[in-house]
Amino acid sequence: MRRRGDLETEMSKGILYDATLCIGCKQCEQACATENGLPYDDRIAAQEFTSARKYTAIMIKDDKFMRKLCMNCDDPACASVCPVGAMKKTALGPVTYDKSRCMGCRYCMAACPFSVPKYEWDKAVPGVRKCIMCSKRVADGKQTACAEICPTGATKFGDRDELLEEAKKRIHDNPGKYMPHIFGETEVGGTSVMLLSSIPFNAFGFRTDLTERALPLYTYQVLSRIPDFVPLFGTLLGGIYWITHRREDVAEAEAKEKEHNGGGR
Amino acid sequence: MTVPRIRFTFWKAVFLAIMAAGVYCTFLRFFRGLGASTNLSDQFPWGLWIGFDVMCGVMLAAGGFTLTAAVEIFNIKRLHSIVRPTILTAFLGYLLVCAALMYDLGLPWNIWHPLVMRNPHSVMFEVAYCVMLYTAVLAMEFSPIVFEHFNLQKPLRIIRRVMVVFVILGVLLSTLHQSSLGTLYLIMPNKLHPFWYSPLLPVFFFLSAIAVGLAMTIFESSMSSKYFGRELELSILRDLGRALVVVLALYGILRFEDLYHRGVLKLVFISGYEQRFFLLEMFLSVVAPLGLLLVPKIRESGKGLYLAAVLTLLGFVTNRLNVAITGVENAVGARYTPKWTEVVITAMFVALGFAIFGFVAKYLPIFPEEKVHIPALREPEARFAELAVPVHAGD
Repeated sequence: MRRRGDLETEMSKGILYDATLCIGCKQCEQACATENGLPYDDRIAAQEFTSARKYTAIMIKDDKFMRKLCMNCDDPACASVCPVGAMKKTALGPVTYDKSRCMGCRYCMAACPFSVPKYEWDKAVPGVRKCIMCSKRVADGKQTACAEICPTGATKFGDRDELLEEAKKRIHDNPGKYMPHIFGETEVGGTSVMLLSSIPFNAFGFRTDLTERALPLYTYQVLSRIPDFVPLFGTLLGGIYWITHRREDVAEAEAKEKEHNGGGR
Repeated sequence: MTVPRIRFTFWKAVFLAIMAAGVYCTFLRFFRGLGASTNLSDQFPWGLWIGFDVMCGVMLAAGGFTLTAAVEIFNIKRLHSIVRPTILTAFLGYLLVCAALMYDLGLPWNIWHPLVMRNPHSVMFEVAYCVMLYTAVLAMEFSPIVFEHFNLQKPLRIIRRVMVVFVILGVLLSTLHQSSLGTLYLIMPNKLHPFWYSPLLPVFFFLSAIAVGLAMTIFESSMSSKYFGRELELSILRDLGRALVVVLALYGILRFEDLYHRGVLKLVFISGYEQRFFLLEMFLSVVAPLGLLLVPKIRESGKGLYLAAVLTLLGFVTNRLNVAITGVENAVGARYTPKWTEVVITAMFVALGFAIFGFVAKYLPIFPEEKVHIPALREPEARFAELAVPVHAGD
């Protein structure tokens, strides 16, 4: 397992999806299904939403397209909330899932700000399913399957920092063509997947009111105080016990003394 | 005397019907999967079993730590006689929560994983550890009752000597996980409706657990007096009622201040789906019980206290369901109503809770210092129980 510090020395990878270059051919969907061993046919291709059997989907609004896939957050809520560490953010960028650790609490699904993780509800031995940014391919130095197949370069794989610069440049060089917003640059602290669009993102159901703060910080600011709280509160409780029962011991001793004095007379 | 007999058989029939349905639903859950047995979906991964069985289950078992803290730590002796029923309720409650969790987890046989696969950044991990340890602590707190029944003097002496450690540990663990059930939702600032999402969620969950602990104790004592022929300890219940007034008032003021400072107060006056559930919750949990308890005549009467306690319980159950279900419906764009199978399983656990409580109370010295006043038939048995119980007041 890599430590956080390694992130700085190793370039984190990312995906840039530019909706203005997309022609809606859905080859990314097909390649994703093949890569993950999932079925793919016309019926599944027509679905404009992700599911436990479809990790990425092309959404169509009039003549505009948008891709839905796991954003692979820089500081993912799913990995932070997972009690058994089944979800993990790798240094290279992908957020992976290990079913052998999972106990099926589905906190990752409840916590995800993009509602990405999906569940195999119909299985007796279910697992969480989502895009894991082709973590094996990326570890081998290859592109993600969706980026490799994309005929127009709408889905581009590379170093996240470089992709971000390129996204900024595209917006700057083409005034009026793009919404002045790189979805994923700052959302919930930044994500490995970034999106460019010519129409507002909320037209495709993306939330534009998301916080820029990494979500795990919200719980960590409480959790991190627990180690300090335990000895303090424990001492307080023990102290109260000690004082309240001391009073009683004194009262008992005094009562005995009185009795003793009474008897001595 | 015939009326209670009919009632007994009626409730027995209800219980057996629920159990039979529960067995069938258990089969559906484990052989057909979560999809076939629940209305859960990718939008709604948590439903009734988390919202009620776990969140409310833990909350309703809060009487255990509230009363042990009052009696053992704050040394409020006059509450002593009602500690044992609350420990039994808490112990049962936590065992049932663990059992219910097995239904909700997708891979329940992996429930032990947090023991060895630790993620200390996860609130769920902390809750899992606290619930596990506290259930063990409750077993220790409950053990003297069993030792007394079998007249095992040596373990009894040992456990009494170290009991204070378990009591402190129990209060500590309860404080942590009762509040942490609120912390669970802090990761969802963009999902949970602003009526409920607040940085103070852990504080609200903790304060309401104390209120529910007190209300549950009043409820339970009233029920015991009705069904076990125990004398109603009205003076004790009045004390609990006063404490409940203070806790509810603190909670109500804090909720108000929180809404005010977050600028959400204006939403209270705008009609809407969440607003209706919010108003219902606040009426049941704060306004109605406080209104009742502030009237001396009601506060002094057994029936008045019972009513206020029941309202408080309903109010905070509504609160937990609002946080778990109502508050996230809009953000995920879906409505959730539990499937009949989910309701049956939940009903099964509630029924089991009542039944096991009744069973244990019948055979173990749960009410050690009681003055048994009725059933003439059971008097010799009760007297025997009293003899078997060593004097308990001084320890």
